[in-house]
Amino acid sequence: MNNDFVPTLTPIVLLDLSLLTMLIFVAFTMLKSRHLFAVAMLSGIYSLLSAAFFVSLDAVDVAFTEAAVGAGISSVLMLGAMLLTSRREKPVISNRAPVALAVVFAVGSVLFYATIDMPAFGDPNAPANVSIGQEYVERTPDEIAVPNIVTAVLASYRGFDTLGETMVIFTAGVAVMLLLGAGSVRGGKPVDDVPVGDPKDGE
Amino acid sequence: MEHLILRVTTKILFAPILLFALYVQFHGDYGPGGGFQAGVIFSVAFILHALCFGLDATKRALPQNFLVVGMVVGFMLYAGTGVATMILGGNLLGYDALAPASTHHAGQHLGILLVEFGVGMAVASTMLTIFYHFAGREPEIDPKHW
Repeated sequence: MNNDFVPTLTPIVLLDLSLLTMLIFVAFTMLKSRHLFAVAMLSGIYSLLSAAFFVSLDAVDVAFTEAAVGAGISSVLMLGAMLLTSRREKPVISNRAPVALAVVFAVGSVLFYATIDMPAFGDPNAPANVSIGQEYVERTPDEIAVPNIVTAVLASYRGFDTLGETMVIFTAGVAVMLLLGAGSVRGGKPVDDVPVGDPKDGE
Repeated sequence: MEHLILRVTTKILFAPILLFALYVQFHGDYGPGGGFQAGVIFSVAFILHALCFGLDATKRALPQNFLVVGMVVGFMLYAGTGVATMILGGNLLGYDALAPASTHHAGQHLGILLVEFGVGMAVASTMLTIFYHFAGREPEIDPKHW
């Protein structure tokens, strides 16, 4: 494989790095926070930052989905789920923290070791860019004739996959209806007991 | 009259959000977007309505029964397109069978439009169903709980 691609530190790469730094910062803030409302909001911020990162990677369709689903619907559903439980997470006192830390460091170092074999960021000769991806780009204008290749792959070339995805979403809706809806124990009626959390917690 | 600003903003934004969802839905062939994103945006408009005017008002505007129909019809539209292409002599979801004589792949365009519309309908109905069921369990939130 003739690999003469040398990655350079362009402004775009700097932007990517700063976005990734912010993602890590948000993730650690979520880990430390015990206030579930703040955690739900931070998960929305995390999705929005991921969407910005995907835009910078030129994956606008993925970014659009992440912004709509991750930052939009998920936050609302998280808040809805939070209302059914307490407002604050109980502090976890664990004496197994050193073991967990050791496992995390071991797995992390293996993953870092694996990245050495990966193609450089933006390498035009990376396997993702040369084999099937290139074929879709070349054949879509002749075979499907829609300008957005992502749509051509999603709805036509991989139409069967998308049928399965739609089925998954349909199944999720049916499952929620069965668990919480008219067929459930409470018959879909509002819960009239008092919220679990202590009112003082929310202040 | 609580939350006057939120109510006015929601009333102004509701229709444009629905319009944007339709744009994302039917412009998916040409730009970013498609059924999944459009369905989510469509349901977000109604979730915004529910957050401002209460779930009961939203359920009067768009009853749960409609959503069940939307879920089923959306999925059946997708699967039905696949079955239709098989009946017309092609493979499952091989859209060229929809317009075999076309020289500019009209069958592909029609097929993608139909399945994306099915996806949008199924996603919007499912998201709203999940939201209705989660939000419908809890009495009104006491502001001091925030």
